[in-house]
Amino acid sequence: MRFRIEKRNEKSKKMQILIPLYSLLISAILGGFVLILSNANPIDTYIAIFKGAFGSDTKIQYTLVKMIPLLMCGLAVGIAFRLRFWNIGAEGQYVMGVIGITWVMQFWTWLPGVLLLPVGLLMAIIFGGFWGGIPGALKAQWRVDETLTTLMMNYIAIGIAEFLYISAWKAPKNNMGTVTFPEIAWIDRFWGKVHYGIFIVLILVVVLYYILYKTRWGFELNMIGKNSEAARCQGVSIKRNIIIAMIVSGGIAGLAGGIDSAAVTHSLTKGVNSGYGFTGIIVAWMSGLNPFISIIVALFLAALHTGSDALQITMRLPSAMGEVLQGLILLPLLAGSIFIDHRIIFTRAKRDK
Amino acid sequence: MNTFELITKLLAATLAMGTGLTYATLGEVFAEKSGILNLGLEGTMLIGALSGFAMAFHTGSLVLGIIFAMFAGGFFSLMHAFLTITLRSNQVVTGLAITMFGTGLANFLGKRVGPVSNNLNLVGVNLSSKFENIQIPALHKIPIIGAFFDVSILTYLLYLLLPLSWFFMYKTKYGLTLRSVGEAPRTAAAMGINVNKTRYFYTVIGGFFAGVGGAALSLSFIPSWNDSMTGGIGWIAIALVIFSAWNPGRVAIGTLIFGGITSLQFFLQASGFKMVIPVQFLAIAPYFITILTLIFMTIRSLNRQGSFASPSALGTPFAIDEK
Repeated sequence: MRFRIEKRNEKSKKMQILIPLYSLLISAILGGFVLILSNANPIDTYIAIFKGAFGSDTKIQYTLVKMIPLLMCGLAVGIAFRLRFWNIGAEGQYVMGVIGITWVMQFWTWLPGVLLLPVGLLMAIIFGGFWGGIPGALKAQWRVDETLTTLMMNYIAIGIAEFLYISAWKAPKNNMGTVTFPEIAWIDRFWGKVHYGIFIVLILVVVLYYILYKTRWGFELNMIGKNSEAARCQGVSIKRNIIIAMIVSGGIAGLAGGIDSAAVTHSLTKGVNSGYGFTGIIVAWMSGLNPFISIIVALFLAALHTGSDALQITMRLPSAMGEVLQGLILLPLLAGSIFIDHRIIFTRAKRDK
Repeated sequence: MNTFELITKLLAATLAMGTGLTYATLGEVFAEKSGILNLGLEGTMLIGALSGFAMAFHTGSLVLGIIFAMFAGGFFSLMHAFLTITLRSNQVVTGLAITMFGTGLANFLGKRVGPVSNNLNLVGVNLSSKFENIQIPALHKIPIIGAFFDVSILTYLLYLLLPLSWFFMYKTKYGLTLRSVGEAPRTAAAMGINVNKTRYFYTVIGGFFAGVGGAALSLSFIPSWNDSMTGGIGWIAIALVIFSAWNPGRVAIGTLIFGGITSLQFFLQASGFKMVIPVQFLAIAPYFITILTLIFMTIRSLNRQGSFASPSALGTPFAIDEK
């Protein structure tokens, strides 16, 4: 039996729904093999992950708190991906956001207390937007490859953050880390650990959905992503859109950093490069760049994280199992994506001509 | 310590650290030359580091460790090749997925394949031997240059592999095939070259190198296993590929500069030397230099209208019947 891969005339809606479901199943099976090989019962392990993520009020709260930055980074990356601009720098843009808010909290003390948080969050957006804007401008102006620049800029941002919390901005008493933000500028919690940031991110989902699907700008972004030549002929400025999209993308990633540090860590310290930016790429990819579906995906991945952390105690398994599963989900999904706009046609082996 | 001794020591540290880095970079040059960007390098190296160490620990044979690491790395790159070449998935996202999966799997298995006496944990166990430095009589006593003749067998092997790779790529028929597949796949296909088969081949070769590079860390440089022990060397290798303009001949220069910066950083930290430049700025220097190099190379190619140093078809899948 031979086969060939043929392009479909239009994207298959059925496949867009089926493939993520199959991927989930395949990854659960493959992950099961890894677990069996390491002498653990897969079913028990999956139940333990679920319980670790949703088993009690506190656990649900942890999962929701993790979901907030993940979802925001997913949304951020998704905007750039729409243009086929491969922004893999959300991690660095997130870190810059944390640096931005910390700067305000530490040195803008002349501000009235109530203004600290809004100004701080604004600075997080500006810092993140700036960090995203640079690769955008480089791409627009000189066509410098964005994959490589955004990737490299992650590590530059992390390096700057380390320099700040280890030496320049280190609190006198601490080993590392800045002084805690003034309490008046914290984002309040309303249910256990869950803070008001969750409403900011949900509003953002709605706003982005409206912008991306209902406005002219969203339409332009889509057009550039699908066929940049056609967009150019229609008079759409590709250069300008790339730069704007990257500033917005970086700004949202920066805001994610600002919110998480104002609500959870309350300082700039070790662990600021928590991987939310990288996981955000999975969120964007799995959701097919749709903001509403991103909520489900981000919640799922956040649950996988908190659930796996619990494995160490309940199952005596290394918590790295979460990373294994996360990678395993993405691989069949990527493998399956071809079937959205292609089909496989099986043909009999060629006979003599 | 006089200046000569200091520089010699620094160079020795650079060579020890840079060996794994160079293997990975060289492998990635092969893959990218054929048009496949493999961002899974960091995860592939870590898998190599783990499988090499586990094998060497259980069999007591370093050579078996290196060979096993090589095939483990090759297998991970084969996954990347299958997804990106046969199934035409996005190379950037696939590479990141491979890195996430590889990192997770290596860290997970590192706590499951160790000796029973250590709770199945490989962290904290020691090898009975490691790849020791071999001194070449007389030569190793020359100031500064002597450091090049007091390294492990893995480094000596690079002295052969680097020039050979350059020769292979620019002076042989196979090298021409490799470059044409990355530069102009359509033309190459018209000439009767099997584009996808060639890309498969060199992506897997890249994985072999990455696996060995990882094992060079766990069996020679650090000789132990630790969670995420590659610590970003895979990403520096990606940067180094750009810095060396996709030319194996220039990889060594990049290793000496990038590896030198990194070992200088450790060196200064260890000696407690008061520095004008903060250590963290040394750590980001390779990435900063890479971005500047990339901008410079891109602008130069725009102005001259000539071809850019990077393979033109890098990152794009190839299908004969589609545009």
